[in-house]
Amino acid sequence: MTAPRDKLGRPVVVVTGMGIMTSLGNGKADNWAKLVAGESGIRTITRFPVDGLRTTMAGTVDFVSVDPFSSTGLSERMAELVTEEALAQAGIGAKADFPGPLFLAVAPVEVEWPQRRELGRAVGAQDFTYDDLLRISGGGKYSAYHHRFMFGSVAAHLAETFGTKGSPISLSTACASGATSIQLGVEAIRRGETDAALCVATDGTVNPEALVRFSLLSALSTQNDPPQAASRPFSKNRDGFVMAEGAGALVLESYEAATARGAKILGVIAGCGELTDSFHRTRSSPDGKPIIGCMNKTLADAGMTPDQIDHINAHGTATPENDKMEYNTTSAVFGDLVTKIPVTSNKSMVGHTISAAGAVEAIFSLLTLEHQRIPPTINYDNPDPTILFDVVGNKARDARVTAVMSNSFGFGGQNASLILTREPA
Amino acid sequence: MTDTPAKPGQTEVWITGIGLATSLGEGLDANWAALQEKRINVDEKGFAPFVVHPLMPVTFDSQIPKKGDQRQMEAWQRIGVYAAGLALDSAGIKGNKDILSKIDMVVAAGGGERDLNVDTGVLTAEAKGANAPGFLNERLMSDLRPTLFLAQLSNLLAGNIAIVNGLGGTSRTFMGEEVAGADAARIALSRIASGESDIALVGGSHNGERKDLMVLYEFGDFNLKDKFAPVWARKDHAGFALGSAGAFLVLESKAHAEARGAKPYAKLSSVVTDLARRKQSGDMEATLEKLWAKLPKREGKGAIISGATGAEPATSEEHGFLKGHADFPVRATGTMFGHTMETQFPLGLALAALSISRGALFPPNDSTGTEIEMQGAPTQIVVVGAGHWRGEGMALVEAVK
Repeated sequence: MTAPRDKLGRPVVVVTGMGIMTSLGNGKADNWAKLVAGESGIRTITRFPVDGLRTTMAGTVDFVSVDPFSSTGLSERMAELVTEEALAQAGIGAKADFPGPLFLAVAPVEVEWPQRRELGRAVGAQDFTYDDLLRISGGGKYSAYHHRFMFGSVAAHLAETFGTKGSPISLSTACASGATSIQLGVEAIRRGETDAALCVATDGTVNPEALVRFSLLSALSTQNDPPQAASRPFSKNRDGFVMAEGAGALVLESYEAATARGAKILGVIAGCGELTDSFHRTRSSPDGKPIIGCMNKTLADAGMTPDQIDHINAHGTATPENDKMEYNTTSAVFGDLVTKIPVTSNKSMVGHTISAAGAVEAIFSLLTLEHQRIPPTINYDNPDPTILFDVVGNKARDARVTAVMSNSFGFGGQNASLILTREPA
Repeated sequence: MTDTPAKPGQTEVWITGIGLATSLGEGLDANWAALQEKRINVDEKGFAPFVVHPLMPVTFDSQIPKKGDQRQMEAWQRIGVYAAGLALDSAGIKGNKDILSKIDMVVAAGGGERDLNVDTGVLTAEAKGANAPGFLNERLMSDLRPTLFLAQLSNLLAGNIAIVNGLGGTSRTFMGEEVAGADAARIALSRIASGESDIALVGGSHNGERKDLMVLYEFGDFNLKDKFAPVWARKDHAGFALGSAGAFLVLESKAHAEARGAKPYAKLSSVVTDLARRKQSGDMEATLEKLWAKLPKREGKGAIISGATGAEPATSEEHGFLKGHADFPVRATGTMFGHTMETQFPLGLALAALSISRGALFPPNDSTGTEIEMQGAPTQIVVVGAGHWRGEGMALVEAVK
């Protein structure tokens, strides 16, 4: 018998449906099997030429077709597929009639190179200015591109397809976006505004300019060969993250509403926390205080203490700075426990799914709770001696897992953490 | 529909700070004076045939003291950081570390400007025959400024506000054109009203002087061309004139404001938003009526501030809705400020709070008779924000009793 309210008197928020897609495959079953087997989804990019790029591999989702192709179109299609999976599992509402709002984490949208090049060709001259592009943009020939490249277009499409209620929110908190979408859903349910929320996060932005942008900030791994070995969280020879695509969807419900309709409860979002770092655009405050504060806020929100966390699903991007900072801050929060709690980074296998990562990793955390098995951090052959985490290296580990902390940190000082549990506390 | 009804037991939420940097000027006095004089800053030549409302130049140093910070931002971010700083000043919390370390932020943002020279350079080289497989990659690797990405990322408006002002609460960036501004206010209001938050900075910024945005809106034939006209007078010559503006508000629980002796401009009673399907004529008007019905009862001296864009068919649908409430004097911010996209709704909230605090609605600026004079002080102003393509929002701003 569990109480429908948490220690702070708020409705307990549970997960009743999940859908996932990464470079490993489509759906929970496929992803989980490959994840615990230690398979990598990172491969040499074939979607576009990689000549002249420092990084030539990524965790692309190549098995979903979108025509005409655009990163935003791929993000939308992946979001649609994972939502279908989540809704089928939850069995909530009716077809095209989801009884709650949509919170969508999505990469920022802009006109992309294929469309820009189409426009350039349409000018029909060898020399032209931007004004010439502007002059031929109107007249209705490209009206579909207006809709495609509205920031709100993916959310509007999902809202109309699945019949979510009210105004869908499209959000970006950089690499923490997926966690933020879940947090917004949790808050709406806790406030009593809704009994259910659909939280979706998607990112299909492996395109030349996105790769160049991260490359110019020296954020990406350049260990191109073999691509499967590029993402090396917590290793001494880690050299950056690997861009990747993917999507995750979670159906959140109040415990009361879920049990009233006899839904199977997959897990609990026991706590959410968020704390802004105002130190720098891309770097964390050297003292780590904002991340420490974020983890502590999350523990407080869950009404839990560090000794109740028995697994950490790390942000673990494999950039030299992130992993070191994550270890230092986790040490500050967990004290001596830091060397005893098993830690893993899913990014070693699926890469960094950027806007989707927070949701993708929350789902992997919930699957970890379900299977009582922690997926490995692959490519962990040369541990960083200054990072004393108990990394679940290279092979999956059976473990008793009751509560997982999942961390997400992003550009712009975005820090967000979640605590997921099997049963309501 | 999603909404933030005023529930019993929920705390009253005050607007205690307003920051404006617009085509009419910076700060509340300059904007108010321009509105009184019916001044409009519109440029029909600089981007001809497109019409824009350019930012009245400001000295960014006063709100962004470090040149290094200014260099890391593009115009849309500088405008926003500037207006956010004005809002913190106006609320009397600039530099107040205790409050700034916990203030929550919900920002409505689009994306940053592209480097048009790089884009044009790639396209013209390709037109001249450059077709090596890695041509685009090589040009982008060599021509893009490494930090331009950070000036383009949507959530880096919030990031820059935090860096410049030392904010340390939560930070959320909503995207999705016009309604993102309404949803930002809705979520911030819900969080304060329910006790999840005490104080929040809400708003957005937009640089309308951007050809890359004009291309995007030209795809849908949404840009106003050749000649300026008030929003309600564009039916046969439809479109919006992009405007540059930053508009930020400090929202605060009554108790938090009173404890620090802060005075309210007005209270934010309700924000409601929805997504009309807009498949048939009348869908959007029906949604606006539903939102209107969800607002708390209007019993005072009321007015409406509309964010109508001038684009069709949305503007005609909204006009139809307004005709059903003709007893409320209407003002369209699009006429005076241009269309500032994500910023239009926060701008409407700011002008509603300002009008209530100054005891008068600003005068009409319209040739069609849609906007009528208002005598006396408004006590309730409904802010309406209907997107040019999708998304509808509405808010009720009221005088504090």
